Amino acid sequence: MDFSIIINEYQFYLEGLWTTTWLVAASLLLGLIIAIPAGILRTNNNWLIKGPIWAYMYFFRGSPLLVQLFLIYYGVAQFDAIKESWLWYYFQEAWFCALLAFTLNTGAYTAEIVRGAIKNMPKGELEAAKAYGMTRLQTLRRIILPGSLRRALPAYSNEIIFMIHGSAIAGVVTIVDITGAARVVNARYYAPFEAYLAAGILYMCLTFSVIYLFKLWEKRQHHI
Amino acid sequence: MKKLTLLLATFTFAFGTAQAKDWKEIRFGIEGAYPPFSQTEADGTVTGFDIDIANALCEELNAKCTLIKQDWDGMIPALLARKFDGIIATMDITEDRLKKVDFTNKYQHIPARFAAKKGAAFEATNAFMKGKKIGVQRATSMDKYVSDNFPSAEIKRYGTFDEAYLDLKAGRVHYIIADSASISSGLLAKAGGDKFDFVGPKLTDPKWFGHGAGIATRKRDKDLTEQLNKAIAAIRANGTYKKIQDKYFTFDIYGEE
Repeated sequence: MDFSIIINEYQFYLEGLWTTTWLVAASLLLGLIIAIPAGILRTNNNWLIKGPIWAYMYFFRGSPLLVQLFLIYYGVAQFDAIKESWLWYYFQEAWFCALLAFTLNTGAYTAEIVRGAIKNMPKGELEAAKAYGMTRLQTLRRIILPGSLRRALPAYSNEIIFMIHGSAIAGVVTIVDITGAARVVNARYYAPFEAYLAAGILYMCLTFSVIYLFKLWEKRQHHI
Repeated sequence: MKKLTLLLATFTFAFGTAQAKDWKEIRFGIEGAYPPFSQTEADGTVTGFDIDIANALCEELNAKCTLIKQDWDGMIPALLARKFDGIIATMDITEDRLKKVDFTNKYQHIPARFAAKKGAAFEATNAFMKGKKIGVQRATSMDKYVSDNFPSAEIKRYGTFDEAYLDLKAGRVHYIIADSASISSGLLAKAGGDKFDFVGPKLTDPKWFGHGAGIATRKRDKDLTEQLNKAIAAIRANGTYKKIQDKYFTFDIYGEE
């Protein structure tokens, strides 16, 4: 056991921690922007509207994130039409492919959380809104969204944690995230225990920070 | 506590000597992602130069060969964790690795080279490589070489060389560096490979590339290393080596004696 190698190579881990943090944060934010409208539209009764959303959610929840990342990173590179277009400027970057895969994946899962929360609205609240003479849009904005998003909070904090852990696969497309850093250190010193233990501790710190922040937030919600 | 240590020591000793007498079964770690040395076929079997050499050595030693597929990253840790007894995976005998494991004498020696799109400019200087993307397999001697010599380049590290070749074809990296024989059959001879070629000289600096590739063994298994050395010499002498070499290469891959 020799933990001095972790101290010697701390800049790899710092770089990895930063990469994991911004990659996950950015994909969660972009995913949320997709998820809220997608979740709302998914509750629509018109198949022309909910059909495509259903297909999107079905695909991204139905296949492993790793497969999605490979499809976007290696799969897209196979098509000359994309390689010759302006799109290639983005798709040639590993970080863009990872960001895209993570965003679409978390977007699908979060949309399902939003849909579930809306489906489980107490009927009474909706009837009360109707009795007040609110339009459908007003009901959505004033009653459905605030109530359901608050109820979705615990489930969403789980999604964030899954995303932090799921992001460990970014390393397979050359990104140096926390796991990527551990791989480089392991490759240099042949010390998998030390290298991956350090990575595990960093992931734990990230996860518990998220849990702590959500606890604070949920508490505040209850006071209102 | 003292008793326990003593017991453990006796046990290890007994176990060690029991194993030292005969190697009825030798387990080799192989990679399966480095043609023509080691490649995974469509049906899941692994074939290649390394595999044939492993089988020939076992035959020479009258031992049963068990081949265990292992990702390159975890090769040396897996050897130390006794998942297998030797590594036959075109592993260069380098100073760094000798700190952790022993090596047999070399069983092949192939220079490393860069490859790039045909007609690409190339200079092996840190200044020229500034901002250039170089693809390499993580934890190889080439990884160490580019990390030490071209710190201003953007080095992309892959789990296997096949992935690096894919990204060179896709244009995500400007250069890749690997064993020249691997580049020939894994990149240049494959579909679309005609757009690429070697650039720069053959690289053999022993500081990074050691003195050829050997079979890595645990330091405590000196007897196995010795037996494998004898077996390598034997298959070199009796023509088996040449037969295997000619199956995969049109040139000599052993180098100087």
